[in-house]
Parts: sequence; structure tokens; C-alpha cells
Amino acid sequence: MKTKIWITGIAMATAMAVTAPPVMAEGEVYIPMPVYRVGPYATGGTGYFGGIIDYYTLMNMTEGGVGGMKIIWNECETNYNDQKGVECYHRQKEFQGKPALFFDPLSVGISTSLVAQGRKDKIAIIAVNHGRTEGQRGDVFPYYFMPGINTYDEHSIITAYIGQLEGGMENLAGKKITLLFHGSTYGREAVEFTHMLCEKHNCSSEAIEVPHPGNEQTSQWLKIRRSKPDYVVLRGWGVMNPVAMQTGVRMGFPISNLIGNIWSNDDGDVKPAGSSANGYQAITTHPTGRVASVIDEIVEKLYDQGMGDLEDKSRIGSNYWNLGVMAGVIHLEAVRVAQARFGPDVNSAQVRWGFENLNLDTARLTELGANGLVPEIKTNCMDHVGGHQAKFMRWVYAETKWEVASDWIDGDVELSQAIIDAKAENAVANEGITPRDCNDPAQRDDFEV
Amino acid sequence: MDFDWVFFIEIFVGGLMSGIMYSLVAIGFVLIYKSSGIFNFAQGTMLLFAALTFVKLTEGGVSFWVALPVSMGTMVVFGILVERFMMRPLANQSLLSLFMATVGLAILIEGFSQYMWDSAIHGLQLANFLDLALLDPVNMTIFVVDYVEWLDILISKFDIFATIVAGTMILILAVFFQKTRTGMSLRAVSDDHLAAMAVGIPLSRVWALVWAVTGIIALIAGLLWAERVSVSFTLVEAVLKALPVILIGGLTSIPGAIVGGLIIGVGEKMGEIYLGDLIGVQGIETWFSYFIALVFLLFRPSGLFGLKIIERV
Repeated sequence: MKTKIWITGIAMATAMAVTAPPVMAEGEVYIPMPVYRVGPYATGGTGYFGGIIDYYTLMNMTEGGVGGMKIIWNECETNYNDQKGVECYHRQKEFQGKPALFFDPLSVGISTSLVAQGRKDKIAIIAVNHGRTEGQRGDVFPYYFMPGINTYDEHSIITAYIGQLEGGMENLAGKKITLLFHGSTYGREAVEFTHMLCEKHNCSSEAIEVPHPGNEQTSQWLKIRRSKPDYVVLRGWGVMNPVAMQTGVRMGFPISNLIGNIWSNDDGDVKPAGSSANGYQAITTHPTGRVASVIDEIVEKLYDQGMGDLEDKSRIGSNYWNLGVMAGVIHLEAVRVAQARFGPDVNSAQVRWGFENLNLDTARLTELGANGLVPEIKTNCMDHVGGHQAKFMRWVYAETKWEVASDWIDGDVELSQAIIDAKAENAVANEGITPRDCNDPAQRDDFEV
Repeated sequence: MDFDWVFFIEIFVGGLMSGIMYSLVAIGFVLIYKSSGIFNFAQGTMLLFAALTFVKLTEGGVSFWVALPVSMGTMVVFGILVERFMMRPLANQSLLSLFMATVGLAILIEGFSQYMWDSAIHGLQLANFLDLALLDPVNMTIFVVDYVEWLDILISKFDIFATIVAGTMILILAVFFQKTRTGMSLRAVSDDHLAAMAVGIPLSRVWALVWAVTGIIALIAGLLWAERVSVSFTLVEAVLKALPVILIGGLTSIPGAIVGGLIIGVGEKMGEIYLGDLIGVQGIETWFSYFIALVFLLFRPSGLFGLKIIERV
């Protein structure tokens, strides 16, 4: 009996020591880390949050944190589940009396669920390269940011690329484009806009849903085989991506005409598909590989010293990990912008202002060692996206790497702005939002909106 | 518009092929249920663990012909451990307790697999290990019935391979159960534990054997599934595909699992494509298979091949 009590005691003490959260001290800023390290979408989660953690760790080591404030974070497992993600937000929005500076869950469902709550709590919700697209309108959604590209940019850039492949946008006339989308809020976001794009360019379009998690797609690809599209745009996530490539090839669809979106472009998406993925093309805002000095520094100072968040070192430079590093750069730049105005110990409302006044041009990116990895991003009160351009890359199976397939292509901002404005006005009417006047300097510069 | 018969046949054949995959998972359920009366909730996670063990070994440079027996051995050890530490202590408990134990086992394996290996998506191309025309990744597109001009039906070569493997496995199981002494012991145990023990059949050894065999089936099913859907956490969800199969086929019949799998495979594909088009809704196949199973249950509560149990009070 005594032995049992001892064992239980030791086990409990060990558990408490392992799980005890770090204690906040003066000179520290707190950023929550709503990760997903297990479950069907773990590849994305471990890569993205691994990249962020590695960048934060590097900054703590080399610069003592951000603006002299050490960065502290704690993890909460969301499993890419909306309900769990919202629970994590409530659990993590304050830590030892210090509010979170912002919340970046890498999930359309979670971030969309938190738009109103974030505003209420004055905590910016971050959705890099994705999100509720009308959230671009900072006058209506002051606490929601999608730095990089939004869904509409993404799909208009993909359509423009298909136009390039066809030898000009005019050659899209009469072509058929199928959107194969993940059965989720994220997946459905692009359906309406895909039809709008084809209306504009005289092509025909259809949208086919793949039920979550997307590990059985025979029916969907049989439909595609029946309708014989010229191109299939893959709006996948996690295991849905390699299964789409494998099933598509099995059904005789040419892989070079399967174009992946921003969440279908990781090495972890194409490698499991094996040779089926050879020639697959996908959009990206951030090249893969060791493309910037900040990545070399992370490798040298963390991974070569036996540190670093990725268990599998071969994932260094992979798409999701690079995206995570990119997100880390954007996060801390927003904090720095806020610190430049308000001093080092900033709060979440001030960091929101930082996100709204990002100016990551080539010169600044070079200073940060991120030129070549992070695209130029300039946000403002009316534009919480700030990038609106992307490139394409092609998977080379024999060399197990991506090759760049295009130059920078701009999104069709003109077409997307109309639908973004309509949706934003709808939100104003139905969600009881009073928009700011971004032309009024007083309202524009008021950080505590 | 004329009805597209070729497309209909493609859906039908595609459904049959998918159905075989569902049957493979369902057989695992049937084996455990037949021998011990337990509904093994951990079947899906056993698939994940077995396939993940195999794929991580091969990724680590172990050859296919070593990785396969090592993975099989791992599943046999797993079976023995389950019997020793789960089945034996709970031998006289209610079936509900045993079912809940398998729920716990599922959660344990799920976490352990991802902890021991990882949670990334791993590709598995059997063609890298086996030199078979049916696995040729470069040319595994279509099978054209070229002697009927209008008939250009798509059948995946890999699906043919999977069907052959599944069929062979079912044959081996049938011979094992019908013709071998051990197989007959298993059947005896499934009919009546006490009577089997009375004639000298060692219950513990039989249970360990069943769990080990089920583990090996999980490995084969896991590898075939993995070729189609990669090795990832989502293999666990193969269970969700197998549940309606055993509802239709009955929990006690291997032929039932096969026929049930084929019905569900064809039914869900037909539902997704034709009914989905008709009602203008997509992504219905996940629940439509359960709808089919429920309709069957209305008329055949024990499933197509399940034993009718009549208890007199």
C-alpha cells in the first residue's frame, strides 16, 4: 500500500512539474499557441506552429525577445476542431494576469468563430493567408487580420495562372474548371467566387464537395470523370490532398491540370502521394527550402544545437514550416510596430494597431533576414490583408522538391473588392457592427477601437 | 437525356472495389465478436498502429520482406498482450464492460501510435516493394475493355490488386476456420465458452490467437487502405465505414461482412452521385451508408447473415 502511495505521489509530482505553466515575470509578453499536433490535420499544425515557435525561440535567444521583452507562450491542443479552438481561446486569452497579445489558430472555422469575441476582448484574431474574406475590411472588422492573401486573391491568382498555361486569359473561354473543396467553412469559402471568376472569363465552373476528412474520394472523382473539366482546383487540407492526387491519377486525370491552393501545397501533402504527385502545381506566398537568412540562423542556432520544435529535421524548409516562420515574422513585426508607438510593454489593442500598420517592404524584410521568404505586406485600416500576390510551384518527384513555376501574379482585387464590400456591408447590417471611418485620422489612429 | 450506362457501371464497379476495402475492416470486427462476443471498438486504431509500424520501419530503411514479418510479429505480440492484460482480467465481466475496455484500448493505441511514431501523413507505395504490373505507379490509370467498342470502363488497377489480396485472405480464413483444428477450436469457443473449456480447449490461448489473427488482418487491411489514403490518423475513421457493413452483414458472419461491404460500397457511391444530384446536396455518402444499414435493419434485425438469437424467458 505504501509503495502504491509513493508511486502515485511521484507520478503526480512529475505530472505537475511537466505540465506546470511558465510563470510570467516583468519584461515578458505573452502569446497563446493554439496548436494541433495530433489528429488528421497534424501535418499542417506541427509545421506551422513549429515554424512560429522556432522563430520566437530564435528571437528570445538573439534579441532577448521582441523590443527587449521576452516572449512567453503556452500551448493548447485544438485538434483543428472549432469548439476546442474556442475553448482554447477562452483558456488562453489571459495568462497570469497578462492578456494575450493576439490569437492565431490557423483555422478558418476557429478564427471565424472568434471574430466578434476578439473584438469584445480587444484581441486581434490572426488568419495568415486565409479566413473570412470580408475580414479584409478593417473598418468593419478591426480585430481580424489575414496578412498575405485572402481566399479571393488566391482563386483569382489560380485562374490567372490557368490563363497563363492556356496562353492568355482570352483562351479561358469555353474551358471548364472544377473546384474540389474540403467540406468545411474553409472549403466553401471559395465556391461563389469560383463561379464569379468563370463568369468573368467565359469559362464554365462546377464545385464538388469532399466530406471531411477527405480520405475517400472515389465518388467525387467519378463525377469529375463524367464532367471532364480541363482543370481541377484543389482546395484541400490535410489527408484530402494526397488522396485527391492519388485518386485523380487512378481515374486518369492529368496531374499537371490539378492546381492546388494555398493549403494544398506542403511537402507533407505531395510526398505521401508518391509518383502520382509528379508535376502537380500549387500556389504559394512563400517559397520552400532554406530561402532566407533567418532560416539558416534557425538551423544554426537551434537545430544544430539539438533544439528546434520539429521532430523530423527533414521538414525544415517545408511549406507549412516556412509559413510558420513567415507568420512569426509578421506577428513580431506587428508587436514591434506597436512598441515603436506605445513603448515595449504593449497590450493586445496596441498590437492590433501594429497589425494594421505593417509595412514589410523589401528593405525591412532584408533587415529581418526574411527577404525571399516573406512577401511584401503593407496593411492599413481598409486592407487587413496587404499582400494580394502569389507564385506557383511544381513538384518534382524525382528530386523530392518544388520548383518555381511562375513569377509573382497579382490577385483580381477589383473583382474581389466588390464581393468583399457587399459581404462587409451585409455584416454591418446583420451583426450590429458600427464601422470606423478610415478616412478620419482620429478614428484611424485610435488603437483602442 | 439518355442514361449513361457506362458511367453507371463505373460507379457500380468502383463501389464494389471500395466495398471490399470496407469488408476487410469489418472482418476484424467479426473475428473478435465470433470468438468472444465483444464488439472491438479498437479495430480502426489497430489498423493505424499496424500500418504506421510498417511504414515507419520501411522509411527507416528496413526492407519490405523484413518489415512485413516484423509488423506481423508486433501485431501478434499486441494480441497476446491484449489477452493477458485486458481479456483475462475481465473474463467474467459483462459484455458492456468488455466493450468499454475496447473503447479505452482504442484511445490508448491512438495516442500511443502517434506518440511512438508521429502524426504526420506517410505515403505508402507498394509498387516500391513489389514488382507487380497491377501496382505500376506510372501506368495505373485505366483498364479498357477494348473488345466492346462503346465500353470504355475505368477500373483502377490497384483496386483489382486489393480485391485479389482481400479475396485470398478471405479464402485462407475460410479454410482456417473450417479445416484446421485451431479454427474449429475458435468456432467452438464462439459457440459456447464453457462447453469449449469442458472439452479441453484453452480459452486464453484461443483468445490470444484471435486477437493476433485480427492484428494481422488489421495490418493487411491497413496497408491496402494506406495505399489508397496514405498512413495517417484518418485510418482510424475506417471504422466508421465498417460499422454499417456489419450492421448489414451481421456481426457473426464473414460472408456477411463481404456482402455487407459490397452493398455499402455500391450504395454510398450511387447515393452520392445519383441521389445527391437529385436532391442537390453533396457529401451525403458519409451518412447515406448508415441510412442503407438502418433500412436493412428494419427488415433483417440480425443482419443478412447474422445469427437469429431467440431467448426464452
